[in-house]
Amino acid sequence: MISHDSNMIPAREPPATAVGVLAWGKNNLFANPLSALTTLLIAYGLYLLVPPLVQWAFIEATWFGTDSNACSSDGACWAFITARLDQFIYGFYPEEQQWRADLFFAQLVVLIAWLSFKATPGKKWVLGYSLVMMPVVSWFLLYGDLLGLEKVETHQWGGLMLTLLLALCGMIASLPFGVLLALGRRSNMPVIRSLCTGYIELWRGVPLITVLFMASVMLPLFVPEEVVFDKLLRALIGIILFQAAYMAEVVRGGLQAIPKGQFEAFNSLGLSYWQGMIMIILPQAMRLVIPGVVNTFIALFKDTSLVLVIGLFDLLAIIQAGLNDPAWLGNSIEGYLFAGLVFWVFCFGISKYSQRLEQQLHR
Amino acid sequence: MSDPEHVSHKRNAKPSFLENMLKEMLRLWRDASFRPLLMQGIVVLLVVMLGVWVINNTMNNLEHRGISTGFDFLSQEAGFGIIQSLVAYDESHSYGRTFVVGILNTLLVSGLGIFFATLLGFLVGVARLSSNWLLARMASVFIETFRNIPLLLQIFFWYFAVLAALPHPRQSYALGDTIFLNLRGLFLPKPIIEQGLLPVLVSCLVAIGLALLLRARNRQRRVATGKGISGAPWYMAALLIGIPALVWHFSGASLVLDTPALKGFNFRGGIAIIPELGALLLALTIYTAAFIAEVVRAGIESVQKGQKEAAASLGLKPGKVLTLVVIPQAMKVIIPPLTNQYLNLAKNSSLATAIGYPDLVSVFAGTTLNQTGQAVEVIAMTMAVYLTISLSVSLLMNIYNRRVALIER
Amino acid sequence: MSDYLDEPRLQKPLAKSGQPGVTIQREAAVEQASLIEISGLNKWYGQFHVLRDINLNVRKGEKIVICGPSGSGKSTLIRCINCLEEHQEGSIVVDGTRLTNDLKNIETIRREVGMVFQQFNLFPHLTILENCTLAPIWVRKQSRKAAEKLAMEYLERVRIPDQANKYPGQLSGGQQQRVAIARSLCMNPEVMLFDEPTSALDPEMIKEVLEVMVELAQEGMTMLCVTHEMGFARTVADRVIFMDEGQIIEQAPPEAFFSNPRSERTRRFLGQVLNH
Repeated sequence: MISHDSNMIPAREPPATAVGVLAWGKNNLFANPLSALTTLLIAYGLYLLVPPLVQWAFIEATWFGTDSNACSSDGACWAFITARLDQFIYGFYPEEQQWRADLFFAQLVVLIAWLSFKATPGKKWVLGYSLVMMPVVSWFLLYGDLLGLEKVETHQWGGLMLTLLLALCGMIASLPFGVLLALGRRSNMPVIRSLCTGYIELWRGVPLITVLFMASVMLPLFVPEEVVFDKLLRALIGIILFQAAYMAEVVRGGLQAIPKGQFEAFNSLGLSYWQGMIMIILPQAMRLVIPGVVNTFIALFKDTSLVLVIGLFDLLAIIQAGLNDPAWLGNSIEGYLFAGLVFWVFCFGISKYSQRLEQQLHR
Repeated sequence: MSDPEHVSHKRNAKPSFLENMLKEMLRLWRDASFRPLLMQGIVVLLVVMLGVWVINNTMNNLEHRGISTGFDFLSQEAGFGIIQSLVAYDESHSYGRTFVVGILNTLLVSGLGIFFATLLGFLVGVARLSSNWLLARMASVFIETFRNIPLLLQIFFWYFAVLAALPHPRQSYALGDTIFLNLRGLFLPKPIIEQGLLPVLVSCLVAIGLALLLRARNRQRRVATGKGISGAPWYMAALLIGIPALVWHFSGASLVLDTPALKGFNFRGGIAIIPELGALLLALTIYTAAFIAEVVRAGIESVQKGQKEAAASLGLKPGKVLTLVVIPQAMKVIIPPLTNQYLNLAKNSSLATAIGYPDLVSVFAGTTLNQTGQAVEVIAMTMAVYLTISLSVSLLMNIYNRRVALIER
Repeated sequence: MSDYLDEPRLQKPLAKSGQPGVTIQREAAVEQASLIEISGLNKWYGQFHVLRDINLNVRKGEKIVICGPSGSGKSTLIRCINCLEEHQEGSIVVDGTRLTNDLKNIETIRREVGMVFQQFNLFPHLTILENCTLAPIWVRKQSRKAAEKLAMEYLERVRIPDQANKYPGQLSGGQQQRVAIARSLCMNPEVMLFDEPTSALDPEMIKEVLEVMVELAQEGMTMLCVTHEMGFARTVADRVIFMDEGQIIEQAPPEAFFSNPRSERTRRFLGQVLNH
C-alpha cells in the first residue's frame, strides 16, 4: 500500500473557475444568493444615482459667470466658486498684498515636500525651522508693519489661508505644552501629576465651542484692562489651550510604550531626569506618536471651522457669507460641496500620509 | 520650619552666615527627597499667584464695566422664547429655567444621536468587512467621505442646502394623512392617552418582560440540561401578542392619534420635529457613525483569525462562532473607543448653536449670556455640565475596563 | 466499517477502539475501510499550486505523521480536512461524509474531527473549563453538568485539573496546548489533527505535550500530526509521510522511512532535521 512517487508533479494552472475575473466576481460579488442580491441592489442604486449626478455636476454645469443668472437651472453653478475663488482663499486680504499669502502657501508646500521626501538633506534643521520659526515668520509676513511691509490687520485675514494658519499655529504651539503636560502626568510628584491630570481632563471634557466662547468673552476679563488681544489671537489661545490637552494624551501614549528598561538604563548611566527625557525617552516616544499627532492635527483642522461662531472668516465662514450675497442666492449646495471637497482633500491626504508613516514605523 | 538641620545651623552661624546659608541651600537642592517637595511648592505657588492675578483682574474688569456678579440672575425673568422645550417654558420663566431647557435639549439630541449613530455605525462597520466587495467598498467610501469633512459643514449642508429646499407647508410631502414633511419640519401623529390606554401600555411592557424572561429561562435550561423548552419561540409570540390583545379587549381602550393638520401657514397638533433638530441629528448621526464604523471594524478585526478557526473546528455554527467567541472578544476592544465617540457626539451637539437649535450652548451660553452679560458664571456653568457628563462617563469606563480586562499573568 | 458504527460513543475518554495492538492493526489494515479518504486533491492560492494530486487514506486507529520543509503544504492539507481551507479539485470523505459546500456536511465533519493548532487558539475570554465545555454544550447539546464532568475528566488526563478555573493567559504555553488537546477531546472526535502542536513551545514544554499525545496514540485515537518531532514519529506513527512542493513524495512505516528513505529530497530533509 506504500505508494512511492519519485517523479515530481509539476505545478499546474488552477482551473478556470478558481482564478481570473470570473472567479473573482464569483467569490467577491456573487458568492451566495444574499451576496448576489446585495450586489445587484447596490449596482442598481449606483445606476440611478451616478449618471444624473455627473450630468448635474459636469455636463450641464456652468463654470464661469458674474451672478446666478448666468447659470443654467439644470446644472451646478460652479460660477459661484470661480467668481469668488480669491475671497475663498485669501479672505479680505488686500489684492495687491496677496503675494504675501502666496508666499506663505509656497513656504508650506516647500517645507512639507522637504520633510516628506527621503533624499533631501538637513531634515533636522528644516523640522526645527518648521516648529519654531515658521509660525513667527508667517505671522510677520502676513501681518507686516515690518521691513517696509504694509500692515494688514487680522480682521482682513480669512478663507483657506486663515484655516491653515489657525490649524498649523494651533498645532505647533500646542506641541511643547502637550509634551510638558504628558511628562507632568507621568511624574512622580503628586502635586504636579494631579495639576496636569486636572488640566488635561478639564479641557478634554468640554466642547471646543465653549472654549472659543470662553476665549472670546472671558479672556479679556482675565487680563488687566490695558492689555488688548485681537480676536484672532484670542481664538488661537483658546485653540492652543484646548489642543494641548489632546496632544498631551497622545504623547502620554507614546511615553507609556517606552519599555521601563529605557528609564532604568538612563538612570543607571547617571543622566539626570531632563537629560534622559530629552536625549533618550522623548526621541523614541515622539517617533511612536507621529501618527497620533497627525490624527489630532486632522481633528483640529476640521475643528477650525468652529471659529465662525466667534466671527472669524475661515474657509467655511467665508463661503457661508458668500451664499447670502443677493447676486448668488440659491447656490448653497455648490458652496458646501466645494468647501467639503477642499476639507476632504486635505484631511484624506493627511490621513493617508499618516497611515504610510505608521506602516513605516511598524516595519 | 522644624527641620533639625536648620536649628543646628542657626547655632553655629559664626564664620559667614550668608555662605553657610548658600551651602545649606545647595545641599537641600541636591537632596533627592527635598528637591521634589521644593519644586512642587514652587509650582503650587505659581499656580496660586496666577489664579489670584486672574481673579483680581476679573473683579476689576467686571467692576469697571458695571457687570454684576453672583448667581442672582438665575431667578430673573428671561423674557425670550425658545423654539423647542421638553418642559413647560415661556418668556416669563427664569434664566435658571433656560439652563434646564438647554440641558434637556442637549440630552435629547445626544440621546437620539447616540441611538441612531450606533445603529448606522455598526451596520456600516460590519458592511466594511463584508465578503461582498461592492458592499465593503461602499462602506469605506461612506466612512472616508463623512469623517474627513468638518461636522459644522455637514450640519450647514443638511440645514441650509437640503432641509431648506423642502416645500412650503401647503405643498408638504405627505404619507397618508398623518405624516408630513416640509420646510417647517417633520410632523408626526401623537398618540393621546384616552382612558384604558395606560393598562394596555403597561400590559405591553409586562408582555415584553415576560417574553425576555422566557428567553433567558430557555437559554438557562438549554445550558443546564442540554434541552431547551420545546416551542419556546411560539410561547414568546403568544405572550407578546396575547396579553396586550386581551387587556385591550377587556379594558375597552381606545387609541386616539392627534394627527397634525394644516392651520393657516403651518401644521398644528402632533409631534413636530423642527428642522434644526432634524439637520443636527442627521449630521451628528452620519458623522459619528463613520467613526463608530471604524471602531467596530477594528474591534472585529482584532479578534485573531485563529480564534474563529478554533471555534469552527470545534463544530460551532457560524452564528455561534460569532456570538460566543468573536463578539465577546471584539466588544472589549470596541466599548472604550465607542464610549469616547459617544462623548464626542455629546460635545459636538454644541455645534447646534450655529443653526439655532436651542441646546445648552445656544440658549444659555448664547442668549442668556448676551442678555445678562455674566460671562464668567454662564460659561462656568456650561462647562461644568459637559465636564460632569464626561467625567462620570470616563469614571464608569474605567470601572468597566478594570472588570473586563483579560486576565493574564 | 459497521463494527465501528455499532460501537457506542464512549464516554470513557481516550479509549476508543480498545487496544488491539499496533502491529496487528497494521497488517489487518489492507481490507479495512478508511476513516478519511482523500483523492485527487488539488488546491491553489491564487496562481500558486499548493497541493498537487494528493491521495491519502487514513484507517481507523492509524497514526500518521506528516513532515516536510516549511511551505510544502502539509498544514494546508490537514486544514483542508476540516474545511478551514477550501480546495478546488478532488474529494475528501471523512467517516462517510463527503466534504462539499453544503454547510450541513461541513458541520458533521467538524464534529467528528478535532484540531490542535500551533498557536493553541484558546479563547482568552473564557476560563479553561469554559473553553472545554463550550462546544459540548452548544454543539453536542449536553447539559452543563455533564459537559463539566467530561471536561474535568479530560483535564485530569492532560494533568491540569487544578487550573480549570483560570484563564488561558495565566497558563504556560505547554499547559495551554494541553488544554487545547483536552478541549478537542471533549467533543469525542473520531480523528485528531495536530498542526505543528509543539512549534510554538519552549523545549521543556514540548515534552509535556508530546507525552499527552503519545498516551492518546497508545489508546487508539486516529491521529494526523504535522510535526518535526522525529522521536515522536518513531514511537507512535504507523506511517510517516514526507511532503514537498505540495505533493506526497514518500510514505512509509517509520523504520523504513528513517533507515532507508527512497528519495533524495527525503534524505536531504532528514539530514537537516536529525542532525539538528
